[in-house]
Amino acid sequence: MALQLDARPPTAPTPGRSRLSRAGRLSRIDAKYSPYLYIAPFFVIFAIFGAWPLAYTFWVSLHDWDLLGSNPTFIGADNYTRLLADSDFWHSVVNTLGIFLLSTVPQLLLALWLANLLNRQLRMRTGWRMAVLVPNVTSTAAVAIVFGVLFGREFGMINWLLDLVGIDGIEWKSNRFASWVAISTMVDWRWTGYNALIFLAAMQAIPRDLYEAAAIDGANRARQFWSVTVPLLKPTIIFCVIISTIGGLQLFTEPRLFHSGTNAIRGGPLRESQTMTMYMFENAFAPYYNFGYGSAVAWLLFALIAIVAAINVLIIRRLGSSARPPEAKRKGGFR
Amino acid sequence: MATFPRHRLAAVALATVGALLATSGCASDDDAAGDGQITLTVDVFGQFGYEQLYQEYMDANPGVKIVERGTGGNLDEYSPKLTQWLAAGKGAGDIVAIEEGLMVEYKANPDNFVNLLDHGAAELKGNFLEWKWNQGLTADGQKLIGLGTDVGGMAMCYRTDLFAKAGLPTERDEVSKLWPTWEEYIAVGERFKAADTGASFLDAATNTFNTIVLQTAGKAQGYHYYDTSNNLVVDSNPAVKQAWDTTMKIIGAGLSGKYGSWSEEWVSAFKQSKFATIACPAWMTGVIEGNAGAEASGKWDIARVPGDGGNWGGSHLAVPAQSKHKEEAIKLAKFLTSPQGQIGAFKVKGPLPSSPQALSDPAIAEATNAYFSGAPIGTIFGEGAKTLQPVYMGPKNQAVRTEVENAVRTVELGQRTPEQGWQDAVNNAKKAAAK
Repeated sequence: MALQLDARPPTAPTPGRSRLSRAGRLSRIDAKYSPYLYIAPFFVIFAIFGAWPLAYTFWVSLHDWDLLGSNPTFIGADNYTRLLADSDFWHSVVNTLGIFLLSTVPQLLLALWLANLLNRQLRMRTGWRMAVLVPNVTSTAAVAIVFGVLFGREFGMINWLLDLVGIDGIEWKSNRFASWVAISTMVDWRWTGYNALIFLAAMQAIPRDLYEAAAIDGANRARQFWSVTVPLLKPTIIFCVIISTIGGLQLFTEPRLFHSGTNAIRGGPLRESQTMTMYMFENAFAPYYNFGYGSAVAWLLFALIAIVAAINVLIIRRLGSSARPPEAKRKGGFR
Repeated sequence: MATFPRHRLAAVALATVGALLATSGCASDDDAAGDGQITLTVDVFGQFGYEQLYQEYMDANPGVKIVERGTGGNLDEYSPKLTQWLAAGKGAGDIVAIEEGLMVEYKANPDNFVNLLDHGAAELKGNFLEWKWNQGLTADGQKLIGLGTDVGGMAMCYRTDLFAKAGLPTERDEVSKLWPTWEEYIAVGERFKAADTGASFLDAATNTFNTIVLQTAGKAQGYHYYDTSNNLVVDSNPAVKQAWDTTMKIIGAGLSGKYGSWSEEWVSAFKQSKFATIACPAWMTGVIEGNAGAEASGKWDIARVPGDGGNWGGSHLAVPAQSKHKEEAIKLAKFLTSPQGQIGAFKVKGPLPSSPQALSDPAIAEATNAYFSGAPIGTIFGEGAKTLQPVYMGPKNQAVRTEVENAVRTVELGQRTPEQGWQDAVNNAKKAAAK
């Protein structure tokens, strides 16, 4: 827009040639550079809080860097080769992916379903819509501590309820799958409503006449949902999936506070629910204080998130195209 | 002048960016109270019992205000924080507590701390048990990082009400006679278990293991996971294996309540009287009182520890080099670790002094603890403290100990057989030591 304005020839002549050319020069400089200045805040902040830490972490990961030591030594890719052969690291990768799948898939499906319900004519609609967001405003730490107690082996409420119906108590904290389920539960409890609201907002942007047309064509509610709502929500679903991926793969507070006492950072005696971020913390801080190794974990986590996000986008694209209405498919076939 | 307003806009944008840079770049340091008063921050974990001493010190030094952080906290959470503060060169208190198991790691980088020998600490040597003094000293003996606070003399704390329920003697001398050795302790445990009181005999095998290994190592060569040349000897040191085997017998007899130590469940188990005995270094009495609460007052008592003797834990106070009030901080640290300071702390929360003068003082020797049915804590813990054999701790002591105790935990929870657990302990300890 600024360029367009300045493309106009200078208007009213101003007294004095030198002043005119000076103003002209200034305005040209202004036109050329001030747009960069306007967008600079984002890039400056990104450089300080995004790019610089990323680069610095990489630099650290190439060193044998004791957190307290004064002289880190350059060791090249040594940390990475060691890390790739570290079974505890891969164990944490599997945990992270397992908890991620267990939490994200049901979470997004549930959110979609909730959004669909909230999109209908309901009594106290605003009240319901606000209610689904309530879990999200609680502090993660509080949620994790409360769930940690609920899932206690001997004094936990869940095992007490199971006992009432005659099921033996479950070792929620030292059984790998059970701990994944417990942690996924708290993630879902907190984030389902948030995603539901995002879906709801996108749903409301879908023109009503599409549904009316579908209804005239004899599509029932379920058909309308899968053939109209879901395809049109595709960009939103991709957004939610990517955000959940980033959040899910960086999971730390929930599994960390789910365990308490000595060595909680291990996520259970056999590292049952130790996520990658917890493994990173364990190495970079207590008890190893090996900053270089921890930084290498951070970089591989970054790589993993990128890979999983790419896979997500591919899957969602595939899903989206197969869920398109029949005509669209046919058209696609001719192309 | 159509362009003028836009220049102004550009200026505003520039100013905004500048402001952002400025605010993100610096945080203000402002701890001067203005009226000439300085604030000294003391970082601790658990219970050091310094509250009254601070008051006393502040009354005598009106220019000083003392703030303690981390009281009641977990060592596992405290030590990473301290390390981060030291690494960042910022954030640590003027005085920080360092636990003995971590001392070796901090001593490896002595420049993070004030060398107390440069500040007239040498003359205080006689105020401390010799090994305690040496723990604070760097390997070359040139730098003193920390002044000793407490030592962890060992005992066995037990619930008299649960013992009575199980038909066992409740009087502390009789209880002490029940278990001169750990084998006999297990036998008592089996009797206790047979009585079916609804409680377990002990809280968790990990703490008990640590007690036993420190005892056996102290009596034998004086080291456990690392020998004195810093070689990892987990798999070859008979003291470790012996402690492991004894612990496996305890687990095999089904005596452990499996309440992971320091976890929420462990705290709940205290409150709900779910176990009858707990291995009890002197500082543990404060922990028990805090966890079990006032309603359990008078239901606990203290007997001799099976196997006799041993030391677990104890700390030092150090002054980080980053402190802005080093001189004042050193003065306060000297005060807190003086024999009188140690006696004062003992009276409040029970950490056993590391000063021979304090240990001989009637205030300690005759001390009793009402919470523990009036047990003569001074004699129970103090007796062995002066003669106890310390255990040497190597460079990655904390990480290695974590692995070995963790292996105990997996056996206790039935995830591993004792043989598999031992293999895990040895392998993971090696891995941890190499990191």
